[in-house]
Amino acid sequence: MSTETLEQTQEVAVKKKSEDFLSKRRKKILSDPLNDDNPITVQVLGICSALAVTVKMEPTLIMAIAVVFVIVFSNLIISLIRNLVPNRVRIIVQLAVIATLVTLVSEVLKAYNYEMFKVLGAFIGLIITNCIIMGRLEAFAMGNKPYDSILDGLGSGIGYAWIILAVAFFRELLGSGSVFGFEVWNSIGLSGMPNNGLMVDSIGAFVVLGLIIWVQRSLSGYVEN
Amino acid sequence: MQQSNRYIIIFTLIMTIVVGGSLALVSQLLAPAQKKSIEFDTKSQILKAVMDISDVDDILSTYDSRIESLVVNVNGEEVTSTDKGPVVAENIDVAREYKKDYKDRLYPVFKFMNKENPNQVEAYIMPVYGAGLWDKIWGFVALKSDLETVAGVSFAHKAETPGLGARISSDEIQSRYQGKKIYNESDRFVSVTMVKGESGGGDASISNFDDKPHQVDGLSGATMTANGVNEMLKKYLDYYQKYFERVKSQGV
Repeated sequence: MSTETLEQTQEVAVKKKSEDFLSKRRKKILSDPLNDDNPITVQVLGICSALAVTVKMEPTLIMAIAVVFVIVFSNLIISLIRNLVPNRVRIIVQLAVIATLVTLVSEVLKAYNYEMFKVLGAFIGLIITNCIIMGRLEAFAMGNKPYDSILDGLGSGIGYAWIILAVAFFRELLGSGSVFGFEVWNSIGLSGMPNNGLMVDSIGAFVVLGLIIWVQRSLSGYVEN
Repeated sequence: MQQSNRYIIIFTLIMTIVVGGSLALVSQLLAPAQKKSIEFDTKSQILKAVMDISDVDDILSTYDSRIESLVVNVNGEEVTSTDKGPVVAENIDVAREYKKDYKDRLYPVFKFMNKENPNQVEAYIMPVYGAGLWDKIWGFVALKSDLETVAGVSFAHKAETPGLGARISSDEIQSRYQGKKIYNESDRFVSVTMVKGESGGGDASISNFDDKPHQVDGLSGATMTANGVNEMLKKYLDYYQKYFERVKSQGV
């Protein structure tokens, strides 16, 4: 009897410890995908949209927000229902959740930012097939608690976002001479700066992304095995 | 964990209902806002053909006060209703009409009225639609009240090459069309063509397009897109010929 209560109190203590709002473990969940385990540069997922939408900063930002939204909420929803989801149809369930959220984003965009909807339309729909999101659902949300899953989603989403924003920054700067539509070269007195046509093409995205992966991997010391 | 088939079927059924229901609800809730943004987009494109809209605060009210629209058929007769109900020029999907035979299409006309005298037409704006190099291109052409001089154009494209063909949607290219004539000296319809190559390109005899009323400077590296634009303008302005003739003869 006495040992049982002891065990119980120990359990409670352990639980309380892990419920730190941002414990070390949780910080790691959040920060790992930003650098050491980045979905794009290390896992090489989500390349398709990273190449396609990064011609200009503005659509890239909208895309990044959309992906973060979808990944966080699908992680949360799947994590909440993870014990109810039948194992044999779990992929379909994950897909349904993602597709619903993506459709939601696309509808909202169509209603409130039609200009961006015209630019991004097809690519928003393609978030459904973004491997990062399904990868996180299958690898993390199916086996972890809701709050941890939100952190994981946030980490992966932002890890994706900062890379595509970096690619877009260089592509817009070199390809169109602007950042968020602001004419950089003109404002610093270099109005003769020619635009690099390669950068507005998807080839430019390959080059920029390749360079970013190279720099990031050599800094973090990641080696593929 | 292995669940029974029954559980799986019930689970997927409930999931389908929840997902489908929530999407239907969202779509219903957002429909008015979406309709409004599409309307706003169409109307700003129409106005863009005749005026600089960057400093217009209220596109919709400007549109309502300045634009009068009607729909004509290829014979230039006004169409007010079809067997599907009344026809509204703003609601005509030019892309869908494009798939029909040109004789069966409906052609919207947007009349841009004078600010002081709302009965006087300042410009006629017609939608155009065609194929670029990679995908569809479309836009609006505005003719001055003489139905001969181009007041302005606004082009848009789906997938022309950035930096090359995609330039058709830039102000720089579109301003080249202003003041061009679509009829030659003997009143024959000739449309306005974009030449091959930029700044005269291969044709050294053209150094200045000011004295070329039917030609505009081309797009370097985007001849196929320019051909698409030429074809689109020629075809669509031709479809409206009967209407133009009627307007001229009646003086409406």
